[in-house]
Amino acid sequence: MNKGTKLAMGIATISLLLVGCGKATSSTSSKSSSSEALSGKVTAVGSTALQPLAAKAGANFQAKNSKVNLTVQGGGSGTGLSQVQAGAVSIGNSDIFAEEKAGIKADKLTDHKVAVVGMAPVVNKDAGIKNLKMAQVKQIFTGKITNWKEVGGKDQKIVIINRAQGSGTRATFENAVLKGATAVKSQEQDSNGAVQKIVATTPGAISYLAFSYFTNKLQAVSIDNVTPTDNNVENNKWKIWSYEHMYTKGTPDKAVAAFLKYMDSKTVQDSLVKDMGYISIHDMKVTKDAKGTVTQN
Amino acid sequence: MEQTNFQLKKQKSQSNDWSARLHHATRATREDWMGKGISYLCIGVIILVVASMLWFITSKGVATFTQNHVSLTKFLFGTNWAPDQGHIGALPMIVGSFAVTFAAAIVATPFAVGTAIFMTEISPNKGRKLLQPVIELLVGIPSVVYGFIGLAVVVPFMRHVVGGSGFGIISATFVLFVMVLPTIMSMTVDSLRAVPRHFKEASLALGATRWQTVSRVILRSATPGILTAVIFGMARAFGEALAVQMVIGNAAIMPKNLISPASTLTSQLTTGIGDTIDGTLPNNALWSLALILLLMSLFFNALVRVIAKRGQLKHER
Repeated sequence: MNKGTKLAMGIATISLLLVGCGKATSSTSSKSSSSEALSGKVTAVGSTALQPLAAKAGANFQAKNSKVNLTVQGGGSGTGLSQVQAGAVSIGNSDIFAEEKAGIKADKLTDHKVAVVGMAPVVNKDAGIKNLKMAQVKQIFTGKITNWKEVGGKDQKIVIINRAQGSGTRATFENAVLKGATAVKSQEQDSNGAVQKIVATTPGAISYLAFSYFTNKLQAVSIDNVTPTDNNVENNKWKIWSYEHMYTKGTPDKAVAAFLKYMDSKTVQDSLVKDMGYISIHDMKVTKDAKGTVTQN
Repeated sequence: MEQTNFQLKKQKSQSNDWSARLHHATRATREDWMGKGISYLCIGVIILVVASMLWFITSKGVATFTQNHVSLTKFLFGTNWAPDQGHIGALPMIVGSFAVTFAAAIVATPFAVGTAIFMTEISPNKGRKLLQPVIELLVGIPSVVYGFIGLAVVVPFMRHVVGGSGFGIISATFVLFVMVLPTIMSMTVDSLRAVPRHFKEASLALGATRWQTVSRVILRSATPGILTAVIFGMARAFGEALAVQMVIGNAAIMPKNLISPASTLTSQLTTGIGDTIDGTLPNNALWSLALILLLMSLFFNALVRVIAKRGQLKHER
């Protein structure tokens, strides 16, 4: 038995292992295509803003359809869109329209809007700010205004905390507030939770958060005397909001279609969506398209 | 192989009845084969994993330059990082990474060496009973916990002491200092313990005081080991993502001082990777950052080897 034979043996063993793995996966996928009762595998990946709702709804859905294997993962809107485009997952969760993301072929994907999220500027309580003009918010985030006293607050330096470039929340905020202007380079955080904590503890801090992340430790700011509430989002008086999308590619299989239908059902929209701080898609009195044009329903 | 032949011959001489069996491998031989097979399999898998990771990161990281045609100098020395708008100057992150790494190493090394001397030379007993568990505890704490403590304690503290928002290189240095301390400390202890006993005895016999012995003989001969320890610490600091990301502020701007928000290669990677699309410039740019990280860790490894070799030569002389 020389070295060559041994090496060959090693390679043979590895390939046997690999073949074994391949067999295992193929057998599960063949199982998922069999369709007596509702069964199959649903993987929803993407937006962390939609993740809590999708996970909770998914758990409820799975309780009723025990043969469906449903997993919900985060990873960010970009991950969701690129994974569904690549066909790696069945549902791609996103805070933004696929059209808004470079590198995504939106015409290949089907949009399912499952909820609406309102976002508002939040400031540290010490700044003494409760209301700002839209133009002032823009000037703050583009670096034209750098002290709170310029907008009627304390004599305190403004600390801007942005979300990461490419984040869905940031894209929504910049579309509604900056309207094409470039934000000043500043701190960036990668999650709503981090922003919430940092704004609450950093004097002079300003950032923006989804309504469901408001706490009494930070001050949500009204813009042009419109308060950030669900009602004001529903009639578009409050401009900073976005849909939560579930994107699919091609014809969804039965399990995926059933789950999407469940997400749009009254059970989810009238209770779960509201309980978890989102706005029901059924309550919206306006429709927004990918270009940001709003029309009355 | 020779052993097997030897066994065969031995068995042949003992009994001819066994001749039938001789054409088959003995149980011991088969066990031998199996053991070798398993070892080769493991080695093969590890090599495969490492090689494919290297290939994957390199091919993805190079795409920025081959597909998006960004010039390498613009990437390495540009200071404007806005991948969504097509600007990918990575210098702020490179500078940020090196700044926190060196600062943490500079702060941590004296503490680590001092403690290590205490543990090996001054009070080995207390060292083993008291400090060893502490070091092990520090190693075992997950980095997200360090980050949380940094966010809740270090950042507000820095805000009070030095002003600003509290986020910045100095806060990251403090957090990393605690994180690399156990690495540097335990490896320094090992290298101090490896100093031959007769070095110390000879020095003391010549009338040197304990301080003179420690500072001129023991530390001197353990220097390559201590340097290796520091480099391992730096490698850890360079690659640390989560804890740094939580306290540095992640602003992709050239750090002007230690107290303004900055960012590192790792913090930019972790904040950005979920929001980019495969195959686009923002995504490729992040892979290029990952490639820099990989090259740096290879460089650190190479450095450790060079120092270890130098140290050996010294000992031989």
